[in-house]
Amino acid sequence: MITIQTNKEEDFCIIKVSGDVDASSSIHLDNKIGEIIKIEKKILVDCNDLQYISSAGLGVFMSYIHEMEEGEIKMVLFGLGNNVKNVFHILGLDQLINMVESKEDAKNLVDAI
Amino acid sequence: MRYNYSAQCSKKNLADIRSFMSKTLNNHFKSEIDIHHMVLAVDEVCANLMIHSHNCDPNKSIDLFVDVKKREVIIEIQDTGNGFNIKNYQEPTIKEIIVEKKKGGLGLMLVKRIMDKVEFIKINNSNICRLKKKILTTK
Repeated sequence: MITIQTNKEEDFCIIKVSGDVDASSSIHLDNKIGEIIKIEKKILVDCNDLQYISSAGLGVFMSYIHEMEEGEIKMVLFGLGNNVKNVFHILGLDQLINMVESKEDAKNLVDAI
Repeated sequence: MRYNYSAQCSKKNLADIRSFMSKTLNNHFKSEIDIHHMVLAVDEVCANLMIHSHNCDPNKSIDLFVDVKKREVIIEIQDTGNGFNIKNYQEPTIKEIIVEKKKGGLGLMLVKRIMDKVEFIKINNSNICRLKKKILTTK
């Protein structure tokens, strides 16, 4: 079960992902990010209520890295729980995808990179 | 203790498979991270089987067997699909995943890093994926 909500704060687009991102639900996250990066340049992903992520979810984030670099789109994930953070860490993807603790940190990082 | 669970090959059933694994392992083990890793490994293998061996056909099923020993867990995931030959599996590089937008391939990378041993065996018409992990802290 996944829920995705988006809202704007200043010039940041915040995507709040709640529940589980697995092989069944990752398509919804994929579609949402695909849609958002066409119109937004500063994207924050709120993971405070993200309970679980599998490789299907990792693959979604990875698949947009190239496109974001080319389009000068910045994306930062924040509020990841230990289990979710660990899944990125196992494959070293925490080195490729920006992730911080809080929304404020995420806003600051998006403005700095 | 040996536990088993059967699921039809629909991706919607992955959440129930995770729930079964989590409950089973929580009966025996303390380490949240070890439990999470085994739940994740089983989720990844089952998702791969459902998608690649069975085209998400809900008339097909996969069977899980979880054997909890004193210091080790042996998990077997059985099906009768096309079978997976690990010798043909080439781990993608992170660069390939980013540049070629390969969304697959990460699952087995995770499983191989999480578990102590990953085997794919064929016995008669059954394919068995056997995962082993040593556990230090029990309840």
